[in-house]
Amino acid sequence: MEHIRTTKVEQVKLLDRFSTSNKALTGTLYLTATHLLFIDSHQKETWILHHHIASVEKLALTTSGCPLVIQCKNFRIVHFIVPRERDCHDIYNSLLQLSKQAKYEDLYAFSYNPKQNDSERLRGWQLIDLAEEYKRMGVPNSNWQLSDANREYKICETYPRELYVPRIASKPIIVGSSKFRSKGRFPVLSYYHREKEAAVCRCSQPLSGFSARCLEDEHLLQAISKANPVNRYMYVMDTRPKHRMQSWWATQKDIGRIIVRISSKIWNDEKIRESHEQKRLNAMANRAAGKGYENEDNYSNIRFQFVGIENIHVMRSSLQKLLEVNGTKGLSVNDFYSGLESSGWLRHIKAVMDAAIFLTKAIMIENASVLVHCSDGWDRTSQVCSLGSLLLDSFYRTIRGFMVLIEKDWISFGHKFSERCGHLDSDPKEVSPVFTQFLECVWHLTEQFPQAFEFNEAFLLQIHEHIYSCQFGNFLGNCQKEREELKLKEKTYSLWPFLLDDQKKYLNPLYSPKSQAVAVLEPNTVSFNFKFWRNMYHQFDRTLHPRQSVFNIIMNMNEQNKQLENDIKDLESKIKQHKNKQTDGVLTKELLHSVRPESPTLKTSLCFKEQTLLPVNDALRTIEGSNPADNRYSEYAEEFSKSEPAVVSLEYGVARMTC
Amino acid sequence: MMFFFLFSVSGNASNPEFKKKKNSECLLRLRHEGLLNSCPAGVASCPASSCPFRSPRSPRLKLLESALLLGPRPTAGGMEFSELIRTGRAQAELLRGPGAPPLRGTLCVTGHHLLLSPGPQATSDLWLLLLRSVDSIEKRVAGDSGTITLRCKDLRVLQLDIEGVEATLDIARSIEALSSLESVITSFPFFYRPKGLRLGDAWHFHPPEHYYKRVARETNAWRLSEVNEDFSVCPSYPRAVIVPRAVDDDALARSARFRQGGRFPMLSYHHAPSGTVLLRSSQPLTGPQKRRCAEDEELLRAVLAGARPGARGFIVDTRSAQAAKQARMTGGGTEAKAAYPGWKRLHRPMERGRPLQESFVRLVEACGDLEQSMDRWLSRLEGCRWLAHVKEALSTACLAAQGMEREGACILVHGAEGTDSTLLVTSLAQLILDPLSRTMTGFQELVEREWIQAGHPFQLRCAHSAFSHARPKHEAPTFLLFLDCVWQLGRQFPLSLEFGEGLLLALFEHAYASPFGTFLCNSEKERCLCEVRTRTHSLWSGLNQPKEQRKLRNPLYVLNPLAIWPSVEPQSLRLWQGLFLRWTRPPEPSEAAWEKVWQIVTDKEKTEGSQPTVSASEPQP
Repeated sequence: MEHIRTTKVEQVKLLDRFSTSNKALTGTLYLTATHLLFIDSHQKETWILHHHIASVEKLALTTSGCPLVIQCKNFRIVHFIVPRERDCHDIYNSLLQLSKQAKYEDLYAFSYNPKQNDSERLRGWQLIDLAEEYKRMGVPNSNWQLSDANREYKICETYPRELYVPRIASKPIIVGSSKFRSKGRFPVLSYYHREKEAAVCRCSQPLSGFSARCLEDEHLLQAISKANPVNRYMYVMDTRPKHRMQSWWATQKDIGRIIVRISSKIWNDEKIRESHEQKRLNAMANRAAGKGYENEDNYSNIRFQFVGIENIHVMRSSLQKLLEVNGTKGLSVNDFYSGLESSGWLRHIKAVMDAAIFLTKAIMIENASVLVHCSDGWDRTSQVCSLGSLLLDSFYRTIRGFMVLIEKDWISFGHKFSERCGHLDSDPKEVSPVFTQFLECVWHLTEQFPQAFEFNEAFLLQIHEHIYSCQFGNFLGNCQKEREELKLKEKTYSLWPFLLDDQKKYLNPLYSPKSQAVAVLEPNTVSFNFKFWRNMYHQFDRTLHPRQSVFNIIMNMNEQNKQLENDIKDLESKIKQHKNKQTDGVLTKELLHSVRPESPTLKTSLCFKEQTLLPVNDALRTIEGSNPADNRYSEYAEEFSKSEPAVVSLEYGVARMTC
Repeated sequence: MMFFFLFSVSGNASNPEFKKKKNSECLLRLRHEGLLNSCPAGVASCPASSCPFRSPRSPRLKLLESALLLGPRPTAGGMEFSELIRTGRAQAELLRGPGAPPLRGTLCVTGHHLLLSPGPQATSDLWLLLLRSVDSIEKRVAGDSGTITLRCKDLRVLQLDIEGVEATLDIARSIEALSSLESVITSFPFFYRPKGLRLGDAWHFHPPEHYYKRVARETNAWRLSEVNEDFSVCPSYPRAVIVPRAVDDDALARSARFRQGGRFPMLSYHHAPSGTVLLRSSQPLTGPQKRRCAEDEELLRAVLAGARPGARGFIVDTRSAQAAKQARMTGGGTEAKAAYPGWKRLHRPMERGRPLQESFVRLVEACGDLEQSMDRWLSRLEGCRWLAHVKEALSTACLAAQGMEREGACILVHGAEGTDSTLLVTSLAQLILDPLSRTMTGFQELVEREWIQAGHPFQLRCAHSAFSHARPKHEAPTFLLFLDCVWQLGRQFPLSLEFGEGLLLALFEHAYASPFGTFLCNSEKERCLCEVRTRTHSLWSGLNQPKEQRKLRNPLYVLNPLAIWPSVEPQSLRLWQGLFLRWTRPPEPSEAAWEKVWQIVTDKEKTEGSQPTVSASEPQP
C-alpha cells in the first residue's frame, strides 16, 4: 500500500481504442492494492489487475488532461485521460511500482483468498497427479522406470524430482550424461506411446564443443532407442533454426575453417549435405562455441532432424510487431495483411505446428522414438513435446487432460513461467510469448478439428489470463525446486479446481470423443489454414467480434435437450406412478408446475439474452468501458456532417444489435 | 454441384455404343429421373416441340436469335451441337482433387454435358459436368495418352486422363467449343426438365411487384407505374417500377432520358421504422455543359417531400469525386448541388469492372497454391485486395444504412451505369436494416428484386470465372462480392440469417453456370424476349424443394428484429474459405461439426415437440 498515493480520481475519461473521433466515457478511477478499477457513468466496471500491466505510459499533456496509456499482458489496452497532471503522475508512479514486484511474496497469489480451507486447498493441489499420468501412459514398464537420481534436485535443478528413464540406463550414465548437457537437462521421458511402444524424450543441447564426446550420453541415447522394441532407429529433433548463428559464423571464419576440417567426414556425407547443409553449418558453429548438437558419428542408430523454430527474442519482437499493427487506428485491410506478414507471427506458429507434426509422424508411421531438444530444452522443446502429445493422445484434448499436459510438459519440466511472463521485475529480455504460442497452436487445432476437443476457446483464453495474473500459484516460479522453496502449495491456491468448477463454461458442445477419426490428429499446415486469432489478441475489443455466439447457443440447446429429456423421463415415471394410484387431479397440477416454468426460459434464452463472447463473468474479465456495441463507423459521421457540423450531432456507429 | 444435373444423351449420333447394354442401366435410371426428354443434338426420337432446331421457327424466334447472340460466334445459334462434338467417347480416369477417389470409366461429350460412366462393376453413380461450367481447358499429350485439365467456374479443378492422343484432342476441342457457346436459347436451361418441377411454377415466387405494392400501400407516397411496360423507358428495368406518387409517367420518361441507360431514380427499399427510402439510379447525363433536367430534380424533390417534411437526402456516389467529374467528358456526371436542394452528395469510391475481376483472379490463383510459404500467402492475400473490396462494399452499405436509420435521411445510390456497385450497396444496406430480407424467402426475393430484376447483367458479368484465359471484356465478380459480404454478415451474426453458407454457394454456382433459367440474360427485357419464364425452370423452385433445405438453411436462425451492424475492421473480416478453398481443403471435420449442430437442433425440436404431448394428456379439471 505504500506505493499508493492517490486512491481515487474523478472525471477520468476512457478513450475508445479504435475510435478516430476520440469518443470517450467519463468515470472514476480507483486504485486498490491489487487492481486498477474504472467505473463509468453507466456503473460499468473495468478491472485491471496490476500484474497484468505490461507497460504504463504517460503521454504529453493535452488540453483535456494528461493521457495515460496502459498495455496489459492479456492484450488489453486502455487509454485514460486524467484531468489533473498531478493525479496522473501519482497514478503513473503507483502503477509502475505495483505492476513490477521485486519479490514473489508480493504477488497477488500470496494474498488471494478464495475462502477455502486448508484441506480444500490441498485437495486442489493434488488434483493433477503426474505419477498417475505416467501410469496412464503405461510407465513404469519393462523398458522404462522411475529414476530417483534427481530426487534431491542434485543432478538437475530445473527438472522435477521424478523422472522416467530407460530401465537399462544406470545412475552413472545419467549423471555423466547430465554433465554433458546444458543445465544438466539430460534426456528423459516426456510421453510414452503405449501402442507403438515408442517414446517422446526431451533434453537440452549437448555441450559437445569441437570434438568433445560423452560416452555416457551416447549410452543414454542408445538406451532410449533400445527401449523401443520395434524400431531401433530414433530421431533427434533439434528445434532450432538455420540462420540464427550466421552472423556469428561470419566473424568466426577461422574457427569455422577448423571445424570444417575436423568434421569433413560429415561433409562427405552426401545425404546430409543435400538436405541440411545450411542448418548443419549453423549447428556446427554452435558446436564451436561449446554448445551444439550430437555428433552423428558418435551415436549409433540416430537420425537428425532440424526444425526451424526461432528463439525467444525473435518471438517476442514478432508479437510486438503484430500488436503494433493491430493497434493502429483506421487500419486498412492491406496494412493489416502486410503487417501480419512482416511480423512473421503466423510463420512461427506454423513452424511449431510442423515440428509437432513431424514428431507425431515419426511415432505413428515409423514407430520410432524421438528425442527433442533446443538450447536449454524448456521453451521450444516444451512446445513441440506438448503439442506432439496432444496430437497423439486424445486424453490431452479433454479439459482435465489438457491440465495434465500443461503440468507435465510445461510446469514440471521447468518452463520458466515467471521469467517468460515477467511476473517479477526482472530482465525484459527473458520475457517471451512461448506459452501463448502453444495456446495459439492448440486454438488452430480446435479450428481445424471442431469436434476433437472437449474444451473451447474460452478455456484457452482463461488459462492465458492466469499465466499472467499471478492469482494462483501454478505458474509462479521457474521450476519445481523454486516452487517448493516458495511453499506455493501452502501459501497459494491451484488454478485447476477453479477451472473444473466452472467446467460448464469451457465445454465444447460439439465434442465427440467417440469419433474414431480423431484418435490421432493430422492437421493440415497449408498456409491458409492459419488465421489471425482475433479472440486472443483483441479479446477486450468487443466491437471486433461477432455479436452472436454460436457456441453459446449450441451449448444452451444441448443443455436444454438434456434437461428436457430428463423432464420427460421424470414426467413419464410420474404418470406411471399416478396412473397406478389413479389420482388424476393431482397429476395435472404437478405436470403444469413442472413443465410450464421451463418453457419461457427456453424461448428467451436462445435469442436476445446477453451473449457474452467469453462466457466468463469473472469481475476481472469485464469488458472495458467502451460501449460493447459500438461499431466505429466514425468516418461516416464526418462524411454526413462535413459541411454542416452544427446540424448533425448524432452519434454514428452505435450499433443497435445488443446481442 | 448442388443438383443432380440433367442432360440429354438419348440420341447422340456420334456415340451409338453408349446406348448399348452396359450403359442401358444408366439410361434407364436417367429416364426414370425424368432426364431424357430433350435432345439438343437433334435426333428424331426427341419431341419436336422441345427442340428449337427442328421445330419450324417463327419469325420472332429468328429475330431473337440474332439479337441474343451476344458473342462473336454468329453462326453457333443455328449450328447443331453434333457438329461441335468431335468424338463422343473415350476411356478416361477422372481426378477430382484431394478427398475424392478417382473415377474410371467411359467419357462422353454430349450437347451440354461431360459425363463419365463407370464400368459395369463400379458402384458409383454416373458423373456429370455441365459443360457451361467449364472455365478453362488445358490439354497435354504424352505417349499414347493425354491429360485434360478442366478448371470450372465454381473454382473446381478436374483432371481427366484419357487413353489415346486423338481422343484427347477431340474431346478437348469438343469441350472447348461447347463450353463457350454464347447463345442463350441453346443453353441447357432450355432443355432441362427435372422431374417433380413444372415449368413456370416458381417464376411467381418473388416478383418485385409484390414488394412494390406493399410499399405503395403502406406509404401512400409511392405508386406502381406502367411506364416501362414495354421496356421502352428503361430497357434494364423490369416492367413494374415504383415511383413517387407526385410524379407522372411523362416526367418519368423525361427523367429517364437524363439518366444513363434510362435508369431513373427508383425505390429500392422502404425503411418503415424511420419512414425513409433507399433509391438507386444511374448517373445523370449532365455532360460537360452541366445540363439539368427539371423532371429529374422534381422527382428527387418529391421523394423528400414524400418521406417527411424537412427530410434530407444523401446521394451516395460509388465513384470518387474526381472520377465523377471526369465522367462529364463522356456525357455522364453527377448531380449538381444547386440543382437538388436538400440532397447532399457523398463519394465512396468502390472498385468495379476489370480491377475487381483481376482481384478475383489473383485471389483464386493464390488459393490454388498449396505449397507456398506463410509469407508468400499473406502477401498474395494482401496483393489481391479482395478483402479490401469486401470492406469497401460493407462500409459503403453501412453508410447508406446509417443514413436511413440514424439520420432519417433518404439515400440515393448510383455509380455510373447503376447496375453493379449500386446494387451491391442497396442490397447490402437492406440486409443490414431489414429483418425480413434475412429470411430464406426474403433473401431470395432480395436477390430477385435487387439483382435479377434490377438489371445486373449476369450474362456479361459471369461469362467467365477466375480461370479463363480469355481477355476479360465485361466480366466482374460483383455478385460474388455481394455473396461474400453476406457471408461476412452471417459470420458476425451467426443467428440472424435464416439461410446458411449453402445457399450462398449455390447462388454463386448458379450465377456462373446453371441448369435453371433464373440467372440467364442481362435484363428482364432480354429474358422476356427469350421466353425464359415459360421455357426454363426457375432456380427458386429448385432450391425450395424440401430435400434441398437442409443444405441451405441455418439451423441456428432466430428472428432478430434489429439492424445488424457489422464490424468492418480488417481483423473482423475473413477470407471465405468455404468458397475460395472449397475444393482444396478437406472439408470433413467442419462438415461433421455442422452435422452435429443439426443433430443438436433437431434433438431440441424433438424434445420440445414431445413436451406438449405430455401436457396434452392432462385431463381437464
